[in-house]
Amino acid sequence: MSDQPLPVVDYMKIPEDGDPYLEGHKCGKCDAIFLGERSICSKCGTRDQMGTMKLSSQGNLYSYAIVHRSFPGIEVPYISAVVDLDDGATLKGNLINVEPDPEKIEFGMPIEVIFDDALGRKDRDGNSYLSYFFQPRA
Amino acid sequence: MTDAYVVGVDMIKFGRFPEKTVPQIGSEAILMALDDCGLTIHDMQALYCGNLGQASGMVGQRILHEIGQTGIAVVNVANACATGATAFREAWASVKAGLYDCVLAVGVEQMGRGLLGGAGGGSGISKEGLLGSGTMPAVFAEAGMEHANKYGTTFEQFAKVSVKNHHHSTMNSKAMYQIETPLETVMNSEMISYPNTKLMCSVNVDGSAAAVICSEKKTKELGLMSRAIKVRASILTSDPWQERDLVMPDVNSCTRRAAKEAYEMAGLGAEDIDLIELHDCFATAEILHYDNLGLCEDGGAGRLIDDGDVELGGRIPVNVSGGLLSKGHPLGATGIANIYEVSTHLRGEAGGRQVEGARIGLTHVIGLGSACGIHILEKVS
Repeated sequence: MSDQPLPVVDYMKIPEDGDPYLEGHKCGKCDAIFLGERSICSKCGTRDQMGTMKLSSQGNLYSYAIVHRSFPGIEVPYISAVVDLDDGATLKGNLINVEPDPEKIEFGMPIEVIFDDALGRKDRDGNSYLSYFFQPRA
Repeated sequence: MTDAYVVGVDMIKFGRFPEKTVPQIGSEAILMALDDCGLTIHDMQALYCGNLGQASGMVGQRILHEIGQTGIAVVNVANACATGATAFREAWASVKAGLYDCVLAVGVEQMGRGLLGGAGGGSGISKEGLLGSGTMPAVFAEAGMEHANKYGTTFEQFAKVSVKNHHHSTMNSKAMYQIETPLETVMNSEMISYPNTKLMCSVNVDGSAAAVICSEKKTKELGLMSRAIKVRASILTSDPWQERDLVMPDVNSCTRRAAKEAYEMAGLGAEDIDLIELHDCFATAEILHYDNLGLCEDGGAGRLIDDGDVELGGRIPVNVSGGLLSKGHPLGATGIANIYEVSTHLRGEAGGRQVEGARIGLTHVIGLGSACGIHILEKVS
């Protein structure tokens, strides 16, 4: 078991001496951005021209759903949000610190990406995880 | 290339049949489709079988073990919710290519109850409810709210789709449900993923549908042209790259591409279509496809449902069968069930829900991941 939390997805990086961040992979030919390591661009088909980039921690709300029914054991309601980051990437995640009420959620609202414990979820070896969340930007 | 015709087509009444096997359910629709055109399994030169739940289970062969082991070619097809349409298209293609002149396509599914989908998998911890939701009602809620973001589409407009389709299915004895659901009932039913309430989610049912497809020469030889339905277009697309498709499965661009190609293949436009069976897996999805299929200008979908254009008796009736929302959605069967529905209208045999004077109809399905199948069908005589 790791004594440090593990990243919830492989595109989250937790440097030993710095703040966690999300990593994108950008095609050197057509600038398409992907989440997760890859060597071929599925937009233009170019091989071996992928470079890594640190994704922006700011963006705007593009779309959402308010989830009232999920699988057993998953706490509801919560907002499943799609956020366009300032650098062109798009992420999906939970939008927190907003009431799960359509009246309180505005398209385009400024969002920031924050990092926190993965709601107490542990894997079968007892490891803790660090996740990312969206919250309204002040 | 020869033209290809649907000469026999039918579906079973959708429902829940836990006591039956998948091959038994599939066999029923095949026998009904064969009876529809007076042919037998011995007249069939190949079987294209669509099923998702037992995709590695040789369902097509097991069907022949039920109804006749004639030794013909069997192709088992899986393509998410486009499975049935894909099986139909493969059957159509084999006739178009001149490989066979009389073949069968069947779609069959036995479903469990409950939510489909779920975010993430693999190692580590569950991502559902942590990195948003991968449940199908949420995924299609997000797709609907994208439309709301762009065009101001409302919860009420999405809900009206469900009112309409449930109303239509009161006239369809093969639909799972025959119940009216007024707007307040739809909007106040259990919220699953806003803006999709329970009545705005398709029904998980068991079902099957089958079609017999013949070449023009064979159709004439058999004397089956009078009730035959000509396949004017068959198109299958996958999802072209889109900037958000890593997190939002894209049902729009594959539909737009398929619609464009289908209209081109048929030499027709959206204005020539008399009725449409489209993939209303959720009420939000139906709205998107009014735009995607060119029934209105982009963003006009909300007005289309408000004005009643897409109701039976309207300018372009959509999902007069009751759609996936009320007829039910047995995944692998859906793409052939909608061919049955459109064919029945083109034959003038749809009873109380008949679209009067229907000559040309369009079917559309989406398999998330993604696949889009569109067929355009025409009355022959």
